[in-house]
Amino acid sequence: MSAAMDTESTYSGYSHYSGHSKKAHRQGRDRHKSPRSKDGSRSEKSVTIQTPPAEPLLGNDASRAEEGQDDNWGETTTAITGTSEHSISQEDIARISKDLEDSVGLDCKRYLGLTVAAVLGLLVFLTPIAFILLPQILWRDDLEPCGTVCEGLFISVAFKLLILLIGTWALFFRQPKADIPRVFVFRALLLVLIFLFVFSYWLFYGVRILDSKDTNYQGIVQYAVSLVDALLFIHYLAIVLLELRQLQPMFTVKVVRSTDGESRYYSLGHLSIQRAALVVLENYYKDFTVYNPALLTASKSRAAKHMAGLKVYNVDGPGNNASGQSRAMIAAAARRRDSSHNELYYEEADHERRVKKRRARLVVAVEEAFTHIKRLQAEEQQKAPGEMMDPREAAQAIFPSMARALQKYLRTTRQQQYHSMESILQHLSFCITNNMTPKAFLERYLNPGPTLQYDRDRWFSKQWTLVSEEAVTSGLQDGIVFVLKCLDFSLVVNVKKIPFIKLSEEFIDPKSHKFILRLQSETSV
Amino acid sequence: NYFIFFSFQQRIEIHKLRQGDNLILGFSIGGGIDQDPAQNPFSEDKTDKGIYVTRVTEGGPAEVAGLQIGDKIMQVNGWDMTMVTHDQARKRLTKRNEEVVRLLVTRQSLQKAVQQSMMS
Repeated sequence: MSAAMDTESTYSGYSHYSGHSKKAHRQGRDRHKSPRSKDGSRSEKSVTIQTPPAEPLLGNDASRAEEGQDDNWGETTTAITGTSEHSISQEDIARISKDLEDSVGLDCKRYLGLTVAAVLGLLVFLTPIAFILLPQILWRDDLEPCGTVCEGLFISVAFKLLILLIGTWALFFRQPKADIPRVFVFRALLLVLIFLFVFSYWLFYGVRILDSKDTNYQGIVQYAVSLVDALLFIHYLAIVLLELRQLQPMFTVKVVRSTDGESRYYSLGHLSIQRAALVVLENYYKDFTVYNPALLTASKSRAAKHMAGLKVYNVDGPGNNASGQSRAMIAAAARRRDSSHNELYYEEADHERRVKKRRARLVVAVEEAFTHIKRLQAEEQQKAPGEMMDPREAAQAIFPSMARALQKYLRTTRQQQYHSMESILQHLSFCITNNMTPKAFLERYLNPGPTLQYDRDRWFSKQWTLVSEEAVTSGLQDGIVFVLKCLDFSLVVNVKKIPFIKLSEEFIDPKSHKFILRLQSETSV
Repeated sequence: NYFIFFSFQQRIEIHKLRQGDNLILGFSIGGGIDQDPAQNPFSEDKTDKGIYVTRVTEGGPAEVAGLQIGDKIMQVNGWDMTMVTHDQARKRLTKRNEEVVRLLVTRQSLQKAVQQSMMS
């Protein structure tokens, strides 16, 4: 019915693939050459595993794993994948190749869908005009003259077509915003419906009117009008099916991020799984705090130490009761008295204190820096003492006094990757321009914000895969679980139906609110 | 050591004391069918709406006669006091033409087991 109504999943993602693949190329090569702190943290992890001399076996295992035939090879911790630096470049290669594969195939699919829909839309739009014009062109002389009635019908056809055009433009001419794996069922159905409908009208027209050269022009025009009316009704059907039906909330979905457990709840209507996934992702970018791999190293190193602490020696020879052995190991590990909970508690308390201290210093520094700036009113600008500065220069002037405190704070909260000096300066001049207080300036740095707030390079989450046990075009049901995976983490989505609510009424007469006093008096006699 | 709760009835005769224009008995009452029985600290059953002695003035006629705090007044001069309002109870006790009131009270008592006292 319109140019942009897609037969297939032809929405491009937040990353436009044509542009993105080249960017990823460049990024990938850069990553190869210059290891960043992400790499640094990985190598740090490998050091903590290999250095303690009291546990030489684990260090030996990591290097001897390839040799096999080791009694303890079952214990080499598979949980630790980054023991060598080579694994990092592996991930980058995976990333790049994935980008490459996907960018080539989907463009063709998307454009094919667009062209089919455009052609169909144009055809449908021109059909009523053709119905009206063809008799005039082909057998003008035989036609019965048709006066006022026909002219009225012409006007109505013209306006209805105009309304149809505006409605279609409003509903379907939109920037595609996502690439989804499978066809939109409802859109496909509607296109098929329209095609069949128009086809049957043409069939009828061809047989009964063109072949027999019907002279009743009014009838022909009315036939064209009925086509336009029916098209308007199909447009109404499209609105109801595509837009209105999913507005009423029927399901609540819980979205949990796998790496740190951050969760949110959203309300959805009747959607297919893929569209629900789209909604979840759109909300992910604005609701969830940005994924920060630097925050996960602590728990990973704890897990490493836990696994490394216990060794099981197989006295009876290899290949003997492997499952019993691992179960015994787990049970022994659980019973072992380790003080790792103590460490965790004190470490976290210490970290809290440090963060609070640095935060206090930062707030004071920023407040002091902001006092040096004064905004000039329009009249004062002519007679200002000293030189006048624009916001950028003002920002550069006060930045050095707070730079150190800010840098230290960002280091402590492990956010230093997300803010470059340029971005901080820009934000500072933005705040100065808009008369923001120091606290408003600091809001961006004190708490980790949603992913949209940061530079695209730090997102870690641009390409998503939908993992689902049911077909992705089937509708949401109670109890469905699907997973949205990207390279570094995944979002687990759990769907629950909103319960059927039985609401009953109870009328209370305002006059029925009466009270008595409960006394306990004491009288002396 | 066993502790036994039991209640016994006692007849108490109080001679009113004249103070100025009034005849006083020297104690305070609480309770009544128009009062809230849940707030009575002396009753064992918190739905009991009877009249209880809530205070006994020192050296007054009631103390001299042996009335104790927490006693439940069952009768006054033959009139039943278990189903009266607070004001009715007050009136029955403070009749101006009576100089002596004879009360029938119920008292709860806490006694150690008789065995123990016999053995010691």
